[in-house]
Amino acid sequence: MTSTVGDIVLLALIAGGLLLALTIFAEVLRARMGAHPVVQTFSTRVESWWAMVILFALALIVGPLGIVVLVAFAAFAALREFTTYSHKDQADHLALALGFYIVLPAQFWFVYMDWPGLFTVFIPVYVFLLLPVVSVLRGRTAGFLARVTKMQWGLMICVYSLSHLPALMWLHIGGQEERMVLLIAFLVVVVQSADLVDFFLGRKFGRTRIVPGLSPRTWEGAVLSLGFAALLGAGLYWITPFSPLAAAGMAVVASATGACGALVLTAIKKDAGVKDWSHLIPGQGGFLDQLDSVIFAAPVFFHLTLLWWA
Amino acid sequence: MNLSLHRRLAARIAGKAIELFAKAITAVRADWRGIEPVARQRVYFANHVSNADMPMIWSVLPPNLRRVTRPVAAADYWLKNGLRAFAGRDVFRAVLIDRRPEARTDDPVAQMAAALDEGASLIIFPEGKRNMGPDPLEPFKTGLYHLARARPQVDLVPTWIANLNAVMPKGEVIPLPLMCTVTFGAPVHLAGDEGKEAFLARAAAALLALRDEEGT
Repeated sequence: MTSTVGDIVLLALIAGGLLLALTIFAEVLRARMGAHPVVQTFSTRVESWWAMVILFALALIVGPLGIVVLVAFAAFAALREFTTYSHKDQADHLALALGFYIVLPAQFWFVYMDWPGLFTVFIPVYVFLLLPVVSVLRGRTAGFLARVTKMQWGLMICVYSLSHLPALMWLHIGGQEERMVLLIAFLVVVVQSADLVDFFLGRKFGRTRIVPGLSPRTWEGAVLSLGFAALLGAGLYWITPFSPLAAAGMAVVASATGACGALVLTAIKKDAGVKDWSHLIPGQGGFLDQLDSVIFAAPVFFHLTLLWWA
Repeated sequence: MNLSLHRRLAARIAGKAIELFAKAITAVRADWRGIEPVARQRVYFANHVSNADMPMIWSVLPPNLRRVTRPVAAADYWLKNGLRAFAGRDVFRAVLIDRRPEARTDDPVAQMAAALDEGASLIIFPEGKRNMGPDPLEPFKTGLYHLARARPQVDLVPTWIANLNAVMPKGEVIPLPLMCTVTFGAPVHLAGDEGKEAFLARAAAALLALRDEEGT
């Protein structure tokens, strides 16, 4: 266990070093350019990154309960953002309240207890079939299919998918049970870094938009970010149960899935007519803006690891 | 003496708990669109869809503004039982007015003007009661006009509360966690020769304009 905590601290120190460099860079920019809005945004973002890295590292050190609670809170915030823009009819009030106050805690409780027979099917089977009944009992049929579909989507995206992130720590591979929490760090670091590379290099070198009119993401940015993910994944293989090559491959798959997730959630956001899901993470937008790629990557990463290694 | 100290302490704790609960459930955010959150005497006039409206506005005010801001509320509601009386009098320090014109001894406008003269800011709901209809805003009662005439120098700040009616619609007992925004617009004042109807229409339009920009 000590070596695991040591590795978490080492990762946190590396991330902290990078953020320190970015903080100094932001201050130098501020000294040169004054309170320019671009500098302000950049430095707010760096501050938010500090908060995220510190919280995440602390949760990993605390262990399973810390991680499950942190991700459950993020899921709550994400579901609240999703529901704020998808909920329109009072007939769904009770069903949604059950989603927030019963389904969400239950899902993370099942993950914490390591009951894969339950947490992998609870929302896609039981909740999927039973929650619409709560809505139908109110007797309003107008827009019924769209209403229950949106509810199920919200729960699948914000609760079910995201709960696979803490679930990674229960994958048992080659007698390394206690090191599996590092796999969570691997997934988050790789996917979020690839996102950043896509954002900065994609803006700089990108020419061909993937979906014109939807998102500024480009094919060039996607290729660069996946290449970067492969290098970063290989460089971080020592915190995973994978070989360097397999770590690079998993990093590419996770980042590619993450990029798809970012596109899909941007489409939903555009449909809802909002620019950011909320203002809760200064400089970044909402929890869904921050987590869109991790949300899609987590279940795929979880099942691929289970399929090939466990 | 000791009792009042306990009461004050309990009121502070209850106030903090209400603020934290409102923020945890609705992540309520203030959008200072037309004014800055600075210590200046104001009358915040807001749309009224739920009993949680007043605590929501109260929660987004910075502590130094909150200390001097008093909601104007119905005495029959807030004095109904001991708990409400504690919340109304000690936590929110509401200016309690009698809603029965035929029975009351104090004039509500005089009560509000007196609170302003003591230096307080006010939160009022000019629709008079909760809006249960399909229209976003019910016609204003005349209180806002009479107050504007009695104290013309005070800023009347339109304050739009978005999304709260979905958090806890009438008939539901469990609040749904949805994000809410409280938007503060540019202050309105009574123009020199403005009539009652014209002024109330202009104030209502200023409030509705905040809703249209928000899109909710």
